[in-house]
Amino acid sequence: MKQDKQINHQPLDKDTVFHAHGVTKVYQMGEVQVHALRGVDIDLYRGEFTVLLGASGSGKSTLLNILGGLDTPTEGHVFYRDRDLTRATESELTDYRRFHVGFVFQFYNLIPSLTARENVALVTEIARAPMEPKQALLLVGLGARADHFPAQLSGGEQQRVAIARAIAKNPDVLLCDEPTGALDSKTGISVLEALQRVNQDSGTTTAVITHNAVIAHMADRVIYLGDGRISDIRVNQTKLTPSELSW
Amino acid sequence: MKVLDKKLWRQLWNMRMQVVAIALVITGGVGIFIMSLSTLDSLYETRENYYREHHFADVFASLKRAPLSLAERIAAIPGVDKVETRVVAYVNIDVPGFNDPVSGHLVSLPDDGQGLLNQIYLHQGRLFTPGRNNEVLISERFALAHGLRAGDQLDATINGRRKTLTVVGRAQSPEYIYQIAPGAMFPDNQRYGVFWMARNPLATAYDMEGAFNNVTLKLAEGSHEREVIDRLDNLLKTYGGIGAIARKDQLSHRFLSEELKQQETVATVFPIIFFGVAAFLLNVVISRLITLEREQIATLKAFGYSNFAVGMHYAKLVLIVVAVGVLGGIAAGILLGKELSKAYMGLFSLPFMIYVLKPQVIFAAAIISMLVAILGTLYATRNAASLPPAQAMHPEPPPTYHSTLVERLGLQSWFNQPTRMILRHIERRPMKSLLTTLGIAMACGVMTVGGFQQGAIDRMIEVQYGLSQHEDLFVIYTDSTSMNSLYSLHSVQGVEHVEGFRIAPVKLMFEHRFYRTSMQGIHGDGKLMRLLDAELNEIELPQQGVVLTDYLAALLQIKPGEMLTIEVLEGNRPIVQVPVAGTAQQDLGMNAYMQRHALNRLLQEGDAITGAFLKVDERYQREVYRELKDMPRIAGVVEQASAIDSFYENVAQQVLFYTFITTLLGGSIAFGVVYNSMRIALSERNRELASLRVLGFRRGEVAYILLGEMALLTLVAIPLGLLIGYGLCAYLAFEFDTDLYRIPLVLGRDVYAFAATVVIASSLISALMIWRNLSHLNMVAVLKTKE
Repeated sequence: MKQDKQINHQPLDKDTVFHAHGVTKVYQMGEVQVHALRGVDIDLYRGEFTVLLGASGSGKSTLLNILGGLDTPTEGHVFYRDRDLTRATESELTDYRRFHVGFVFQFYNLIPSLTARENVALVTEIARAPMEPKQALLLVGLGARADHFPAQLSGGEQQRVAIARAIAKNPDVLLCDEPTGALDSKTGISVLEALQRVNQDSGTTTAVITHNAVIAHMADRVIYLGDGRISDIRVNQTKLTPSELSW
Repeated sequence: MKVLDKKLWRQLWNMRMQVVAIALVITGGVGIFIMSLSTLDSLYETRENYYREHHFADVFASLKRAPLSLAERIAAIPGVDKVETRVVAYVNIDVPGFNDPVSGHLVSLPDDGQGLLNQIYLHQGRLFTPGRNNEVLISERFALAHGLRAGDQLDATINGRRKTLTVVGRAQSPEYIYQIAPGAMFPDNQRYGVFWMARNPLATAYDMEGAFNNVTLKLAEGSHEREVIDRLDNLLKTYGGIGAIARKDQLSHRFLSEELKQQETVATVFPIIFFGVAAFLLNVVISRLITLEREQIATLKAFGYSNFAVGMHYAKLVLIVVAVGVLGGIAAGILLGKELSKAYMGLFSLPFMIYVLKPQVIFAAAIISMLVAILGTLYATRNAASLPPAQAMHPEPPPTYHSTLVERLGLQSWFNQPTRMILRHIERRPMKSLLTTLGIAMACGVMTVGGFQQGAIDRMIEVQYGLSQHEDLFVIYTDSTSMNSLYSLHSVQGVEHVEGFRIAPVKLMFEHRFYRTSMQGIHGDGKLMRLLDAELNEIELPQQGVVLTDYLAALLQIKPGEMLTIEVLEGNRPIVQVPVAGTAQQDLGMNAYMQRHALNRLLQEGDAITGAFLKVDERYQREVYRELKDMPRIAGVVEQASAIDSFYENVAQQVLFYTFITTLLGGSIAFGVVYNSMRIALSERNRELASLRVLGFRRGEVAYILLGEMALLTLVAIPLGLLIGYGLCAYLAFEFDTDLYRIPLVLGRDVYAFAATVVIASSLISALMIWRNLSHLNMVAVLKTKE
């Protein structure tokens, strides 16, 4: 998607990064229809750290995938700034992910044949204004492990490499799907610290989905999802730091 | 059906393209195996039948002239069962409406029908009517080439005299299965034929009444061939015998045997390649399948399935794939075998072809395929069977990678991350990468063989007629003649240049080795006949000494400077010692050369010749020929240029057949290897590639990582394959070399280019099929699952 391409946009507040309206997603699973999302309206704002909280099957991953341009809704519209993602072609969505979005996944999804530094470079090589891979690794506290292959790193370290890889392109938004899901609590907290640091230092809009309610305490805003709908939105008046969390 | 078997069939259906790709390679191997062996068996069976039913002789001898009474003394040689004396004459033929020179051999048959030995197979017409002296049977091939049939008339020049002959039928003989003019390079059914006449009229025409110049023998069982031949040679010595030969040295039999030997080589070499590739493919595909099904295997075992049951499950899968390939191969092999046998009937003059498909050939093909497949997958299936369930429940540990050699050498800054992924992936499984490369290389190698045949023929002709022989025609005299006869040749309008030659039958001996051939006395600084060295430069024929064909020198193990013993097999039969002056490169035949006058001296005669090379003004070629053939003492006139053309026509189809087969086979190997390798790479790296798509890599960029690896291996494989192809051709050329001919090892750029192109095209087709799969990478699913 070209930067200046504007499709059917409605004027958004300049601080609104995402504007989703009436988003519905129906999966055809064999002969059964699964309603993953049933008309979701949501806005995410610039520089905000949002946690989307919900149980398994609440539709939170589907929402994140749609925001990240990995999936398209069955009905409704999703705007990233003034671009309608629901009308973008496959290659426009590829470019959107390439230039604007940073992803962090539950299972890291690192390339096993590349070292930590190279996994980051994989993204910086195709980005527009990236940081140095080494710098990104320093941000997540992995400067000393840059030349290790994934098989030589612990789970927490691998996830921090994934975060470095996601932030190295200086993305506009950082989307994290259960980033601590595969980690023990201590390691998970170190990963959350890395995410918070990026959010605070670079002002990157960050959305984290989790089923772990404890993590919600570090968010600016918590969006509760259940059964494909938004059940509640709360603003945290006092945020906790990751080190104050435990589960 | 058991549930496990249902799983098996569904599995096969899901991987049907891979099954097809592997089965194709097995089909290729089995097909060529059955094709070659059934053709071989068919040719052997046909030949044996033909020889037996038509009483093909065991010993053959030519001589100058002997009285018929000698036959009794020959029959008295211990070990001789039957004796047949004959008159065989060289003849010039005039076919109405055909302007080129036609020559042939006239062979006598008893006046009252078939003789004892070398009986003819009558295709059409009848045997001779007693009392008629102008009846002739003509060889089937020659008749077909000219559209001749019973009742047609031909003019023949026998012994310098014209005679009009009436065709009474068309025949074939086991003696002339390979029908080639003496001294000719290739069979030419238009310009050379075999003719049979009744003994009496032929003897009369050839001044052989009460005499014979050719004898064939049938040996009694348990007799010593060598001894009989020695005794026969002794008897014939005084009658101008040039040495008897055993059946194994008979020209037609030799050519057929060499062809059978070649077929045997083909039947071994090619299937080995195919079975090797098939084993490798099955190995990679089954190993991958077992990796993917680790958890299922664990579940089955947890439920109480035995190791044996699990192992058998995968063994069955392998055997079904093999069965598909074998069945296809049997069908293809029979089809191609019949076609090839038919093609052989065209190349050789066989009256019938008994297609033999021995059950043990099919059985062997099936057993070999299965053994190879089981061997190829043994390791993987045993692993599956022996995997402890608890361990199998866990996913495989993540693969370990290292920096590659090129990177450790400090070149890593040259490569971007996707390229590093390619290099590391290749280096992580060096054996697999090597075998994949080798597989593709084999495809390339197999294909060079197709082009090699054509190139070799072109080269033989180019060397023989472009560089060595420059004559337009050559004539052969009925007998040795004075040099003065060249004047009468020269006086024919249109003849530009004449060079006489003297040919004498000789036995060459060095130490305990010997070889019977002809000594060719040629003009020392002649323009029309030149000898060439290994680099194809002209050789100066020395005043003294003899130059041998390099293959002959190697056979006799004689080097330049050493003394060669020459026994002349005509006239006074002198035995002399002559130094070897050098060797000459020749693809055809094995001859010895010396200066004509030196040979004359050796033969204790004056300036005699037995034939001449002629350079003729193209415009007068036909007239020259017409005049020559009416000259007395000229036995035959041979024009090589048109013989080459007709040869090309004859072999074109066979060359095309082989090129088609090798291309198909090479293509199927390339496709089988590349498609399967990419399928597996896609399956192994599905997650990685989907992750890249998530990170914003475009489809082309992701394809680069997957296809780039294959492209790199293919690019390495092609030069390797061309090298293998060269080696394969060299091996075949070496195996096919005989004293009759040597196959020159020439592989033109076009052959390499063609092989490389087919491999690249096969790879591209596979890549295209994989490209379609790449668009279906499921990005969402891959993020939700563990490795």
